[in-house]
Amino acid sequence: MTERVAFRQGFPVSGGDYLHAGQASVKIKNLLRELGLKDDVVLRAAIVSYEAEMNIIMYASQGRLELAVAPHRILIVGEDSGPGIEDIELAMREGYSTATPEMRELGFGAGMGLPNIKKNADDFRIQSEPGRGTRLEMTIRTNGRDA
Amino acid sequence: MTLREIQASLSGELLTPGVNLDIECPKLFASDLMSDVLAFIQPGSVLITGLANAHVVRTSVLVNVKAVIIVQGKRPDVTVIDEARENNLPVISTRCSMFDACSRISRFLPEENR
Repeated sequence: MTERVAFRQGFPVSGGDYLHAGQASVKIKNLLRELGLKDDVVLRAAIVSYEAEMNIIMYASQGRLELAVAPHRILIVGEDSGPGIEDIELAMREGYSTATPEMRELGFGAGMGLPNIKKNADDFRIQSEPGRGTRLEMTIRTNGRDA
Repeated sequence: MTLREIQASLSGELLTPGVNLDIECPKLFASDLMSDVLAFIQPGSVLITGLANAHVVRTSVLVNVKAVIIVQGKRPDVTVIDEARENNLPVISTRCSMFDACSRISRFLPEENR
């Protein structure tokens, strides 16, 4: 993000911590709302943040979300030291999932996470290295989609 | 259709007292999959679900769900109810099955919304 960042905050996310899953994204949503951003922008940021947070919790041992807000865009980065993604193209396919039964019992792991991030972000970049981890960069324009 | 009417039609128990039940609820979404809620729900919908864990509340808060209906008489833990109350999210428990709950509520809906 080359634009001047007005606000930046990081949120550690612990892999396997289903008890607190989603709390970082609720904080991000509340912060964005307090900044007075449009409802549609806040909603899409909350969705991509939550999807990224759940991916860290479900698949990685440790990770973090970072929120950066600039006048024209919000950048949310989800980074983890998890197992990485072998085949990103396959992982982007709706319905493809490597979730465990435990994840599914909680209502997740339907293979919609990455496609849903793509749907809601204005720009989505994914880098992953098997055995090293995954980095998701999700940008949302603050003027919304109907501007 | 108001939340009060939905509650009455399901003989539901309000688990978060003090919330406003006279809110209009024209949109409904039924799913046990929070992944699908995140991907497909329209903001401002009422969520009907068989899940009763904290993720239902967090997902609902994140996607602006108006109220949660939990079917099959399930009751979330008190910590989950507390989290819903902190976020002003009405939660109603009903003994109806998912199918029965949807069927009863759909009678309130105008033809074009079904």
